[in-house]
Amino acid sequence: MIRFILRRLAQSVPTLFAVVAVSFFLMRLAPGGPFDLERPLAPAAMDNLRRVYGLDRRLNVQFGGYLAALARGDLGPSFSFRDQSVRDLIARGLPISATLGALALSLATCLGIGLGTVAALRRGGALDRLLGLGAALSLSLPSFVVAPLLQIVFGLTLRWLPLSGWEGGAPSHLILPVVTLALPQVGALARLTRASLGEVLRTQPVRTMRSLGLPPVRITRHALRGALLPVVAYLAPLAAALLTGSVVVETIFGLPGIGRYFVEGALNRDYTLVMGTVLVVAVLVIALNLIADLACAWLDPRLRRLA
Amino acid sequence: MSTGGITTGPAARTLLRLGRERVAMAALAVLVLIALACLFGPALTGHDPVRAYPDLRQLPAGLRAQPDSEHLRPALERLAFRMRARLDDVARDGDTVRLTLGSEAAFDRRSLVYLPRSDMFGEPRVVDGSPDGTRLVVQVPVRRLYFPLGTDVHGRDLLTRCLVAGRVSLLIGLTATLVALLIGVGYGATAGFVGGAVDAVMMRLVDVLYALPFVFFVILLLVFFRASLTLMLVAIGAVEWLDMARIVRAQTLSLRERDFVRAARALGLGTPRIILRHIVPNTFGPVAVAATLLVPQVILLESFLSFLGLGVQEPQTSWGVLIAEGARAIESAPHMLAGPAAFLIATLVALTLLGDGLADAVDPRSD
Repeated sequence: MIRFILRRLAQSVPTLFAVVAVSFFLMRLAPGGPFDLERPLAPAAMDNLRRVYGLDRRLNVQFGGYLAALARGDLGPSFSFRDQSVRDLIARGLPISATLGALALSLATCLGIGLGTVAALRRGGALDRLLGLGAALSLSLPSFVVAPLLQIVFGLTLRWLPLSGWEGGAPSHLILPVVTLALPQVGALARLTRASLGEVLRTQPVRTMRSLGLPPVRITRHALRGALLPVVAYLAPLAAALLTGSVVVETIFGLPGIGRYFVEGALNRDYTLVMGTVLVVAVLVIALNLIADLACAWLDPRLRRLA
Repeated sequence: MSTGGITTGPAARTLLRLGRERVAMAALAVLVLIALACLFGPALTGHDPVRAYPDLRQLPAGLRAQPDSEHLRPALERLAFRMRARLDDVARDGDTVRLTLGSEAAFDRRSLVYLPRSDMFGEPRVVDGSPDGTRLVVQVPVRRLYFPLGTDVHGRDLLTRCLVAGRVSLLIGLTATLVALLIGVGYGATAGFVGGAVDAVMMRLVDVLYALPFVFFVILLLVFFRASLTLMLVAIGAVEWLDMARIVRAQTLSLRERDFVRAARALGLGTPRIILRHIVPNTFGPVAVAATLLVPQVILLESFLSFLGLGVQEPQTSWGVLIAEGARAIESAPHMLAGPAAFLIATLVALTLLGDGLADAVDPRSD
């Protein structure tokens, strides 16, 4: 088990290197620089700025310097947020995105797996078809349509919930963004659970259990354990996507999360901020995929031998 | 086709099974309808997608003929101002309106051309006028304009714009899916068929790519290099081929050992030919399902990027662009979000349901 984890961690090094390299050179290839303003700076001031931030050195030297700093855990200073390091910005933004993501993930997982199970047990029935239609609809509702709609219904018309803002994470400010984030995933998870559980329910062991007269609840519990494998595999990238913040939801609801920092960083050519956010996302994706693989091994003993 | 005991091939049987899926057929009908509407609709709505009616901004959705009594007077006031005249009286009688124009100096009748030029009125006819030219009575037919989905902030017909936008959204959905399909099928079939070390390296690369935060890279690409349709197609296609490659590889692995493939090999066919003629056609079922379910994802990604202002750019428009405009104006004109969102959601739901039906039809156990 430990060897498996170590091997996976070793494998993730080239991936992370690829992420850093691609984003580094992509940004340097891009036209425009971090100090381009509407009114151009005096050439001397520009030279000074470039020297202070090390932009006057050769590209490969800069890349080496960035990697060396990265090895020390230093993500560098932000180019657009003056006097702040990228680490500070991420330390401020990530908890906000992660709170929203974790809540949305729990909501989507509970509802999605629950509804998917119901649909699989009632396969072909009216309830199943209704849930299938609902799931297809929830998958097709883009967050940038849902968010303004929720704002207008609950924020403007009913005046139950605030329109936007973070306010230190007050519960009332969390509800609308969390629902927006969770909604499409409820459908995705329900469809996945239904398909997977439906498959398992048609297998020989389940038929045997039925013939032995086991109560349906217990059969479902047994079947669900095997059926959750693809769901868990899907949850890993989903969790990474949700925890690292949604650009759209954070923009519409005015939340200072990591997704917003990323977009602002990209627009302002804030090289270090963009690299920092992309790196955090990549690390989370890799870590969560590893966790998902371990969870799958726990759910299905057959996979342990392969690992 | 399936009369009596005539045996049909697997593809035909799949299509027959699909034909029996009522939901999938309804979804297909909706899709065909939307596609036809987007193709031919803009010519039939009677509006040019870029024609702006400055007097009819943000009209709500409805079947009322415009300009109605509420908008007639302000529109005429504005036109009279441009004609350097005063609007003394307006009397509407059915489809014609009788205007009394007054002016300080002699009125230049040539400026009456502003009336038909607004597209809201027909050719004016002078009925009466004072000899010194400071008073003029004009009869002008009022056109009946219909905006079933209302108009946008510039007074452009939203239905026409939704249909034109649909062309772009659907085109991107299909093309990007095709790009992903070509890369994914080629890559997956090669990896699966050649096998061994080549397979291991190729699929390891897919694993590495899976872990990359691709949406972030797409955003970076589009922010840095002026967003263009081609760039977006390439970017989306490059992101979405990974799943396809995995599906095709898994299929290929099981096909590789089948007798007909061995026979082809024994007949001396080369690897590329076997892959093209024998492997790829046999992966059709699962690939068709995956592709059908990929189209809505691509359309969603496109509208997401366009919503952020990174995708389709003016004067071109897509559903994402229109939704972004609607979201900005949601307090004053919620219909501007409702129209394009309805088109987008209907298309996505229909594609998803069609994909589900196709998956059931492809599954041989469903017979």
